[in-house]
Amino acid sequence: MAYPTDRKYTKEHEWIQVNGNSGTVGITDYAQQSLGDIVFVETPKVGSELTAGKAFGTVESVKAVSDLYAPASGTVTEVNAELATSPENVNKDAHGSWMLKLSLKNPSELNSLLSAADYEKFVAEEAGH
Amino acid sequence: MSSVEATPAGVTTNIRKTALNAVHRQTGAKMVEFNGWDMPVEYPASLGGGIIAEHMAVRTGVGIFDVSHMGDIRLAGPQALAAVQHISMNDASRLAVRQAQYSALLYPQGTFVDDVIVHRLGTDEYLLVINAGTREKDFSWVRDNTRQFECAVENLSDDFTQIAIQGPKGVNLLQKLTDADLSAVKFYWVTRGTLCGLRDILMGRTGYTAEDGFEIYVPADEATSARVWNEILTAGKEFGVVPCGLGARNTLRLEGKLPLYGHEISDTINVWEAGLDRFCKTEKPEFVGRAALEKSKAAGIRRTLVGLEMTGRGIARDGYKVLDTDDREIGYVTSGSPAPFLKKNIALAYVPPESAAIGSSVKVEIRGQGVGAVVVPTPFYKRPKKTA
Repeated sequence: MAYPTDRKYTKEHEWIQVNGNSGTVGITDYAQQSLGDIVFVETPKVGSELTAGKAFGTVESVKAVSDLYAPASGTVTEVNAELATSPENVNKDAHGSWMLKLSLKNPSELNSLLSAADYEKFVAEEAGH
Repeated sequence: MSSVEATPAGVTTNIRKTALNAVHRQTGAKMVEFNGWDMPVEYPASLGGGIIAEHMAVRTGVGIFDVSHMGDIRLAGPQALAAVQHISMNDASRLAVRQAQYSALLYPQGTFVDDVIVHRLGTDEYLLVINAGTREKDFSWVRDNTRQFECAVENLSDDFTQIAIQGPKGVNLLQKLTDADLSAVKFYWVTRGTLCGLRDILMGRTGYTAEDGFEIYVPADEATSARVWNEILTAGKEFGVVPCGLGARNTLRLEGKLPLYGHEISDTINVWEAGLDRFCKTEKPEFVGRAALEKSKAAGIRRTLVGLEMTGRGIARDGYKVLDTDDREIGYVTSGSPAPFLKKNIALAYVPPESAAIGSSVKVEIRGQGVGAVVVPTPFYKRPKKTA
């Protein structure tokens, strides 16, 4: 799997794509593959405040419940309502199925996240352990 | 994202492997630790796998499972029947040779050592098929409680690779590989025959999926096990066979309300609470646990196992609290999951009898929020009667 280079990644397997002051957040292909069939995505309401590194929502597969962690701090401006009825879209296209958009509080937080190449290395190690 | 089901770091266990472990790993199955065993939870989508696809294959076609982690105890000798009668709650005297029954081993207080399938293999020969997580405990318990009988007790758990062939097409698939006439084998009966060139193989029309199917017991060496597994997959191509893991096994058994040890039944839950009355024959003169169960029946139970269907948005999971409509805690979920065939979120739960009536509204606490659920009839899924 090639990870898109137009975004940054967390070690908790979220991605964030920055456009000016706005960030779009989803989970990685590696994450959807590890989870298996995704049946439920719970995102916060528009207007909620996210803190970098803190849990902001939940994704559930048939088997497991997992927390979603915010790649950056900010205010939620939009959520992908489609995922409430079609959570399996995340399995089909994890890098295209965004979960929420937020207005970034401190864009410099992004500097500590992984590049596509570094993330790819990170998951290769995690998968190989 | 971080999974709550990850194996705790730094925990080293002597993990056990079935004879098919290398086959599962080669095919790219996702492996998990289950009751001390390294087992496939699901197979890759490229093989038709994934929990939902595997589940649907068993409901509509056929799926195969490596269930070699299950244990096997053989009781044989002139007093084998008396021994089985003493240690199990169902009435083994009703079994004809080659017939099987669902039963359970009980502690004196009427709670569960384990649930088992008792197979009568010969006039004085019985085979108990037991759970993976309770293998050693079960064997010691059976041995210790049958000493007074003229009956040999053998642990055959490591002798067999047990493969389950489950689904409406299971009989068609297996028939291609054996000379035994499977159409003559009724549900919960066993037969023996040549299978994949192996002579005298035990095949039971049993399973843990609430579907028709067979469980076969082949020698546990790796080469034979792999050969049989692959021959089944090849023979099953025309039926769309899919290898299935423990994920689908769990959702299938949940739809059928088949209990799982440590969840619906345990050493602190008794037979009446678990609703397994029809497998418990108190008219039998004696068995371990009977006296306590008679007392318990007279006293009445404080909790009972019910089926829940979520009416609110959310998935009940094992261990979640059940609340009444005023948010008071009244019970807990033993198993909860999305049900892939029924396309609903379902759960089994212990609640007080006064909240157990079909149609009762309750809530399940999910991440601090009470989410609506209703008590529904069980089993959630019942397989259609064969028309042919």
